[in-house]
Amino acid sequence: MALTTYLEAIREGLLEEMRRDESVFVMGEDVGAYGGAFKVTKGFIEEFGERRVIDTPLSESAIVGAGTGAAINGLRPVLEMQFADFMACGFDQITNFAAKCRYRWGASVPMVIRAPSGGGIHGGPFHSQNPEMPYVHTPGLKVVQPATAYDAKGLIKAAVRDNDPVIFLEHKNLYRSIKEELPRHDYVVPLGLAAVSREGTDLSIITYGWMVHVALKAAETLAAENIDIEVVDLRTLMPLDRETILASVKKTSKAILLHEDTLTGGLGGELAGIISEHAFEYLDGPLVRIAGADTPVPFSPPLEEAFLPNADKVVEKARWLHRY
Amino acid sequence: MSALATASISQEVTPDLANKLLYYMVMMRELEDRIELKLYRQGKILGGCYTGRGQEAIPTGSAILSRPDDYVCPSHRDMAAFLIRGMTPREILAQYLGRVSGPTGGRDGNMHMGCARRRILPIISSIGASIPVASGIALSMKYRDEPNIVFNYWGDGATSRGDWHEGINFATVQKLPIVYLCNNNLFAYSTPLDKQMAVENVADRAPAYNMPAEIVDGNDVLAVHAATARAVKHARNGDGPYLIECKTFRIGGHSAHDSADYVPDGMREEWSKKDPILRLQKEMVDREWASEQDFKQLRQGILDEISEAVDWALEQPYPDPATLEDNVYEVI
Ligand SMILES: Cc1ncc(C[n+]2csc(CCOP(=O)(O)OP(=O)(O)O)c2C)c(N)n1
Repeated sequence: MALTTYLEAIREGLLEEMRRDESVFVMGEDVGAYGGAFKVTKGFIEEFGERRVIDTPLSESAIVGAGTGAAINGLRPVLEMQFADFMACGFDQITNFAAKCRYRWGASVPMVIRAPSGGGIHGGPFHSQNPEMPYVHTPGLKVVQPATAYDAKGLIKAAVRDNDPVIFLEHKNLYRSIKEELPRHDYVVPLGLAAVSREGTDLSIITYGWMVHVALKAAETLAAENIDIEVVDLRTLMPLDRETILASVKKTSKAILLHEDTLTGGLGGELAGIISEHAFEYLDGPLVRIAGADTPVPFSPPLEEAFLPNADKVVEKARWLHRY
Repeated sequence: MSALATASISQEVTPDLANKLLYYMVMMRELEDRIELKLYRQGKILGGCYTGRGQEAIPTGSAILSRPDDYVCPSHRDMAAFLIRGMTPREILAQYLGRVSGPTGGRDGNMHMGCARRRILPIISSIGASIPVASGIALSMKYRDEPNIVFNYWGDGATSRGDWHEGINFATVQKLPIVYLCNNNLFAYSTPLDKQMAVENVADRAPAYNMPAEIVDGNDVLAVHAATARAVKHARNGDGPYLIECKTFRIGGHSAHDSADYVPDGMREEWSKKDPILRLQKEMVDREWASEQDFKQLRQGILDEISEAVDWALEQPYPDPATLEDNVYEVI
């Protein structure tokens, strides 16, 4: 059976949802005949036409605002931001309007904002960022980032079916670098549930996105040293699956909180808060954060490598924590 | 009382229409006066308090032409649009008083309200943000091939926001069924027009979007009504957005706390002479459709209606703090 890439998985998930539900449509810059900057919507316009595959002006705020307007009036828009970095141009619409609709006036906003995110592709300061935290910090939004092709398909389908606005972060570095065999049947991966990507007993690495793969690679190295790592893939960053996080930490008693996003104000701090509030007595060592440096994401390869967490950095910190 | 247009796009001015227009203008004026000059000053209404005093002709003359399935996206100076869409003084007062029976159940205050059932977009406080949203609502109508249109209201200040330009550009490119009603009241908070824009009229911006626009006397409800009828016809016909710039003046401050000392001497007095309510009443008297006595009676009826609504609203419960975290998400 053919292997499906992470990118193809998102594409297939969207196609299936558009075929299933007439109210689902995609909208964004260059999503039509061009198929989107990364080709996620390639071929959509041929199948669904201009009515359901809408090329917009270069206007992130209008894309999000119009998406929200369409959503409150019964459609299910899937919006493409060409790069997650430019979601900032629609920030007001996302955080001040879309996120607050249900709370203020009981209106559902069944809208997905797809945003190619993350670094490792030499994109430089404007095309490499991990802008999840402002959205995680906005009650009313859900924030998702798949790490596998299976989850990418299952989560995009769940996001389309969800009645609240979902920020769907797609890791650019995973688009074509990972592939797997996917089930033929219709499946979704529920929002709000983390997954244990690798079971282990000595130390938990709690992470998401590309860093799941970095953690798994580190775990391989550490296995050879008889350090048994558990990797928790959060999958949904808001709302967090506290149960899975706490169960893992209670089992291993040590945790590394790993993300590509910058350190200060990153999700690691929030995870540390949850763990110390609810599993403090189980801990046998400090909570350790590994994250992107507190800098813009630099372009030049040696600089970007220095910015990014990698398996070597994780291995080193894990050894230290294991000995603690 | 709720009076949405049922069939025709353009209505001749009849005594019946004039009476309806007068009712909503007076109701808006008196309701906002009660809110600002009484309840707010008495400390019963907390937070901000914005009125559209002097601008009543704009929401009234236009929203009266909306059909039930149209969508109305008001600005913070358009109380009559809420009333015309069927929101009652009781509900509005409960909203201002932070009670559970208001349209946001106490989760938002003052005119930051809306109602999905009545197809009123709640005010989005970020000025200009409603314009892209109106585009999306109109897009959904076009998507489903419905004959409905969107009425989108905003002030002169909103036209300086990127959202205004993005939203209108989107709407004109997509030829969406939207009627834009600009209340150009010469100030955005304290900022006069010449510090807001280098063009003389908001309508001057329209050619850049290949959008028809007209300028009307915003204190003449019949002129607003006639222009809106033209715009509605255009939009319903599938010809795209249409802009009406209503020249007017904000008689009060930006909000209740603002004494508006920045308004040049005499300007308020001059504009008060152009009061849209007095103007319609004069027109009705000239046409021998009504007398001063009728106006007195109408006003008294409205004052009684408001008093009853205030009593009712003051008796409504506050929201239960235990509900604080409800409805952030549908399911979590
Ligand atoms: C984006 C944004 N900036 C500032 C404000 C504060 N503010 C509220 S109303 C207003 C003036 C609006 O002027 P205009 O659009 O002309 O409407 P008007 O109040 O004159 O009817 C300002 C500055 C806001 N609500 N939103």
